[in-house]
Amino acid sequence: MKELNRREFLTSALALGSVAALSPEARAMREETLSPDRMGVLVDTTVCIGCRGCEWACKKAHALPTPPLESYEDKSVFKAMRRPDETALTVVNRYDNPKDPAAPYTVKVQCMHCEHPACVSACIVGALKKQETGAVVWDTNKCIGCRYCMVACPFQIPAFEYQKALQPRIMKCDFCADRRAAGGLPACVEQCPVEALTYGRRDDLVRAARERVKASPQRYVDHVYGELEVGGTSWLYLAGMEFTELQFPKLGRSPAPGVSESIQHGVFAYFVPPVALYALLGMVMWTSKGPPKDDDES
Amino acid sequence: MDHQSLTPTPIATKPYWTPGVAALALLALNGIGFLAARLLFGIGSVTNLSNQHPWGIWIGVDVAGGVALAAGGFTTAALGHVMHREKYHALVRPALLTAMLGYTFVAFGVCMDVGRWYYIWHPIFMWNGSSALFEVGICVTIYLNVLYIEFLPVVAERFIGRVDLPGPLARLNGPLDRGLRALDRGLSSTMFVFIIAGVVLSTLHQSSLGTLMVIAGPKMHPLWQTPILPLLFLLSAIAVGLPMVIFESLLAARSLGLKPEMPLLSDLGRMTAPLIGIYLAFKIGDMVVRETFVHLTVLDSASVMFMLEIGILMLALRMLLSPGVLKSPLLLFIAAALVVAGVLVNRIDNFVIAFTPPYQFKPYRPSFGEISVTVGFISLLVLLYRAAVMIFPVISLPDRTRAPRNKYAVRG
Repeated sequence: MKELNRREFLTSALALGSVAALSPEARAMREETLSPDRMGVLVDTTVCIGCRGCEWACKKAHALPTPPLESYEDKSVFKAMRRPDETALTVVNRYDNPKDPAAPYTVKVQCMHCEHPACVSACIVGALKKQETGAVVWDTNKCIGCRYCMVACPFQIPAFEYQKALQPRIMKCDFCADRRAAGGLPACVEQCPVEALTYGRRDDLVRAARERVKASPQRYVDHVYGELEVGGTSWLYLAGMEFTELQFPKLGRSPAPGVSESIQHGVFAYFVPPVALYALLGMVMWTSKGPPKDDDES
Repeated sequence: MDHQSLTPTPIATKPYWTPGVAALALLALNGIGFLAARLLFGIGSVTNLSNQHPWGIWIGVDVAGGVALAAGGFTTAALGHVMHREKYHALVRPALLTAMLGYTFVAFGVCMDVGRWYYIWHPIFMWNGSSALFEVGICVTIYLNVLYIEFLPVVAERFIGRVDLPGPLARLNGPLDRGLRALDRGLSSTMFVFIIAGVVLSTLHQSSLGTLMVIAGPKMHPLWQTPILPLLFLLSAIAVGLPMVIFESLLAARSLGLKPEMPLLSDLGRMTAPLIGIYLAFKIGDMVVRETFVHLTVLDSASVMFMLEIGILMLALRMLLSPGVLKSPLLLFIAAALVVAGVLVNRIDNFVIAFTPPYQFKPYRPSFGEISVTVGFISLLVLLYRAAVMIFPVISLPDRTRAPRNKYAVRG
C-alpha cells in the first residue's frame, strides 16, 4: 500500500464557490517524481512507411494473439480508422497527404505516457502508476475494473476486456517497461525498419525534434506534439501536416488532472472542511434544541 | 392537525401481493437473469459498453441517479434532527428507509458494473487520495454503514419484547431481547454522532460525484463540463431530497391505502421551491458565465437534453410556487415527480449524454440487458420497501394512545 498523505485523503467536497479561487498552478502538479533522465520515443510520421511491423512486434512482446508478420502487408486495414484496443496496444492509421497523394502519411497510435497522467490521478485504487523512467504502467493486483481511467484519459487509450467474466484487464501500451528494465528496447522501436521511432531521453528527443523542424521547415509543421500537450507526454510526434488533420486531439497545456485534483485537495486540506461542517452542524443541533420554536410542536 | 399523534407503525392495511407487486417481481427476476449472464459471461455479454463508452446507464442511473434520489435521507435528517423541526419526524423514517435501500442498491450496482466485482473491497485498503472516485467510494461505504446504524433503532423497536424464536432457539429469546434493549439504549444516546456524520458524508460524496466527470475534460460536452460541477451536484441533491420524500410518501399512501400527511408534505413542497431556485440560478449562471449557451443554438441530443433538464425543473418550480398546487395531493405529486425527473435527467446527461469521446465508432445506446438490470434494481427496491414498511414501524399513522418518541436529541 502506498504511503498515505493525509492531505490527499478525503477532501472537501465543500469546495463550493471556492473552486473558482483555486490556484491554477495546481497542486495537481505533484512533487516532481520524474527522473530528469526519463525516457521517451519520438515518432516521426514523415518517416514512417506504414509497414505495421510495430503492431506485430507489440502483440508478440505482450503475448497477444499474433498473426504472422506477412499478413501485416495487407494494406486494406487502412481504409477505416482504427484505435488501440484490448487486442492491439498500438495501431497504425493512414492519412492522405494533400501535398503528395502518392506519399500518404502513416501514424502509429499508442499510449502517450503523459508526464501528469489523468488515468493515474483518477484510478480509485492507484493501480496505474507513472514510473520514474517514463512509463505509465498498470497493476493487475490492484485494478477493480471500474474503467474510470478510460473516462479520464484525454487520448482515449485504455481499453477493457469486456468479454471476460473473471480478471478482465485494462489493456494499454506499457512502454515495454519490463523489456526496458532488462536493458532492451521497446518492441516497436526495435522492429521499426526505417527508424521512424527514436528511443531516448525525453529532453534530448524534444531538442532533436526541434532541430529536425528547423533543418527542414518544408517537411514538418512547426509543432512537436506531446512537448506541451496536457503538461507534456513521454511520446512525442513530428508531422508533415496539422496534427488535428491526423486526428490527434486538440488539447491544452495544463495537466489533465489539474482542475479535478485542485477541487479534490486544493483549498480544504487536512480534513478541515468536513470537520468544520461537522462542528457547525453539531452547533446547530445543540442550539436549535433550545426552547420550542413556533413551528415546532414538541 | 395534531402531529403529536403520529406514531410509526407497521402497515397492515393491505396484503403484500397485488397484481402490481407481482409485475414488479417479474421485472426484478428479469433483471436478475441478466445479472447472472453478466457474472457468467462478462460485462460485454450484457451491455453495449465499449472502449469509447466505458460508462453507461448502470453508472448514470443506478449509481449517480440512485445517490441523488436517496438524498431525502440526509435532507430530512438535517431538517428533523439537526434543525429540530420535530414535526417532520414522521417523514424521517420513510426517507431513511429509502436512503438505506437506495444506497444498498447503489453499492450493489457499482459492484456489478466494475469488471472485477470480487475486488470491490480494494479501495478500503488501496488508497488514491487524488481520485474523486476514491472519495465517492469511501464516503458511500461509510455512509451506507451509518444508514444501517440509523435504522437499527427501528429494528430494535420492532422486536423489543417480541423476540420469539422457534424451537430450540427459544432459549436465545431472553439474551437477544436484553441485547436489543442495550443496543437501543446505547444508540439513543449516541445517535446524534451518526446523524451529523450522515449529513457530512452526504455533502461530501454528493458533491464529489460531480467532481467525477471534471477529469474527463474536453471529452465532456461544454454544456455540462464546468469546474463548479461538484457544487451543482450538491445543490441539486439538496433540492431533490424533499421532493423525493413527497413523491414516495404520496405513492406509498396511495398504494397502501393510507391518508397522506398533506400539511407536512405541503410544507416540504414550499421549502423545495427556493432550493430549486438556488440550483437553477447556479446552473444557468454557470452557462451564462462560460457562454456555453451558444451550444443551444445547435439542435442535437445535447442541446435538447440540456433544455429538457432545465425545462422540467423550471416547470416544477413554477408549480411549487403556487399555493393551489401545494394543497392538492395530485398536483403536488406531479410537481415532486417533475423535480425527481429533472435531477435524474441531469445525472443521465452528465454521465451518459455529455460524454463525447474524441474517437467514436458507434454511439452508446443502452442494451436491453442494461435496461433490464436497471429496471430490475428499481423494482427490487420498491418490493423491499413495501416489505419493510409492513414489517417495521416506518410509516407514521395517527395513534393517540402513545406518546411521541423524541429520540436522538442532543443530551445536555
